[in-house]
Formats: sequence, structure tokens, C-alpha cells
Amino acid sequence: MMAAFILVCSVIFLLQFFISYCRSLIAASVREPLSQEVQEVTGMTRAATEEEFARVVQLLQLCPERPEERGEISLIRTYFRMLGVIRSTIAKIVPSLEKWAAAERSQCTHFVAVVLGRRIAFSRNLFAQQMSG
Amino acid sequence: MPGLFGYIVWLLGALLEAGVVVCAIRKKALRPYLFLNMYMAASLFVSVSRYNILQSYGLTSPQYMYFYYYSDALLTIFLYFALTSLFSRVFSEMQAEQYVKLGAVVLLSGTALFSYAVVNQSQSRLVTHFVVELSQNLYFVGLVLTYVLWAAVLKLRETRTRLIQLVLSLGVYFSLFAADYALRNLYPSMTTLLQILPPLFGCFLPAAWAYAFWRIPEEARLAPARLAVIR
Repeated sequence: MMAAFILVCSVIFLLQFFISYCRSLIAASVREPLSQEVQEVTGMTRAATEEEFARVVQLLQLCPERPEERGEISLIRTYFRMLGVIRSTIAKIVPSLEKWAAAERSQCTHFVAVVLGRRIAFSRNLFAQQMSG
Repeated sequence: MPGLFGYIVWLLGALLEAGVVVCAIRKKALRPYLFLNMYMAASLFVSVSRYNILQSYGLTSPQYMYFYYYSDALLTIFLYFALTSLFSRVFSEMQAEQYVKLGAVVLLSGTALFSYAVVNQSQSRLVTHFVVELSQNLYFVGLVLTYVLWAAVLKLRETRTRLIQLVLSLGVYFSLFAADYALRNLYPSMTTLLQILPPLFGCFLPAAWAYAFWRIPEEARLAPARLAVIR
């Protein structure tokens, strides 16, 4: 009985902490505008949408990886998938969650696009260093 | 003996624990977050000691079992100190540090008394069911305390990004462990499977803390209300 109670509470707390933690990672990028390069590469001229997430991640994988970003990208991808599950399950019962999940997934796309911009700049610097060296 | 995967996760965990302390030193966050860093240093020491005991006595030996579960319980108590130091930081402007310290002492004494009572009653099966139960309770108390801290962060409109990320990652860590131990208690037949998870979960906290120290400057700010799931 006690273990079942702890399990239920832990899962509820876990969801809350995980969502808030992912949001704290995304929060810094929300106000960051997409660079011209990212807009050209991704074709994102307006606000990011959730449908563009997979494509931006694919583009991200084409760029040389920065080790410090590996963890946060995996976490945001997990968060994006989790929101998808929420949308196709709980949101059917609670319709207000549908809009919230869509907005969150769009922010995930924006976050990944901002990271793509950083990676492009990183690759460009690397290339410039090699050319000068 | 654990397989290659087990050893890799173990090594990764130890490296991340060392990484937290290194990141904190490099970013001049060692003293402001002393207890968090001390906890990570203690975790690293325990990881190395566990490896030595494993090599000497084997995975199924009582020596390893005793050391594993008791060091786990001790580390959790140690983590209370780290959590208390986070409470102190959040409540620093309210000059409530004395109350926080008093609360921590009461809580620790309570945990110690509770642990003693359980050990005293369960001498015949020290490293079996009761240790799992004890660890589960310790993690759950930690989880509830972290939730209280998170509520205080929201209520007091704490804006320090690094502090917020440290608290949230601690919440995720406690939730994962409390759920794992509860599952073990509910389904003892799945213990072997569920024992694989803690080392993996154990990597999350040092990775998140190393990230917070390395990537988030102390002066970074954000509105905590934006992060709340329930408002």
C-alpha cells in the first residue's frame, strides 16, 4: 500500500520536475531570434512549428557536434516525444492540453533551431581556423 | 560481475561526479555550492570504493551487498545536507537560515532514529527487504522536501537560473529513485531488472549539475512562473 502510494506520487512529481526542467533549458532560447542562416537553411520564416522539429533535428545531425550540447538535445527530444504521447492520450480527455502540448512542441523546435544556428557558427569558426592554420 | 554495459555506466557516473567538482572549481562555484560539491566528491569516493569491493569480493558477496545498500543510505542522508544548503540559499533573503538548519537537524535525527529502529527490528534480514524499504523511504522524504523547495522557489519568485536548474534536476533524480525502489517493493520478482536502472539514473544528477555549473552563469535569471506545470 505504502509502496503503491510512493510510486504514484513519484511519477506525478517526476512529470512535474521533468517538464519544468526541460522548460528551464528551453527558456533561454525562447527570446533568441533565429539567425538569417538558420532561416535560409530551414526555410523557417515565421515562428517555429512542431511539424518542423524532425527536419531541424535532421539538419542538426549534419553539422559537427558540440559535446556540451549532446545531453540537452537528447533531453529535449525525449520531452518532445513525451508531449506527443500526452497529446495522443490525455489530451483526448482534457482538450486544453492539446493547445498547450502544441505550443510546447513548437518551443522545442525553436530551441533546436537555435542550437542549429550555434552549430553552424561553430562549424564556420572551425573552418576559418583550419584555413588560417 | 556486471557486464561491459554496467562497467561503462559505472565509469560514466564516476567521471560525471568528478566533472561536477571540476566544473564548479573552474566556474568558481565550489564555495557557494560547497555541500553539493561535497556530496559529489563523496559519491565519487563511494563509486571507487564499491568498485574495489566488487573486485575483491564479487557482486553477490555479502560484503558488497552491505556496502552497496549502506553507502546508498548514507549518501542519501548526505544529499539532505546538499538539499538543506539549497533551502538556505532560497531562504537567505528571509533570514530563515537558523530555522532551516534546525529543521535539517530534526529531520536528520528523525531519519537516523527511524533507521536505527528498522535495523533493530530486522536483524535477521539486514540486506534484504528492509534496506530496499529504507532506501525507498529516504528517497521519498528527499523527494517531498525537494517539492517543498520548488514550491518555495515559485512562491518567492526566485529567479537564479542555476539554482532553479539544480533544484529541478534534484527533483527528477529523487523521483526516479523513489519510483524505482517502490517498484522493487511492489514487484520483487522484477528486482534484477530494476537494479539496472539506478546506475543509469545516477548519471542524470551529476550530468545536470555539471551542465548547470558549466553552462549557466551565476548571474543568469529567468521567471520561474514560466516553468511551473501547475499554476
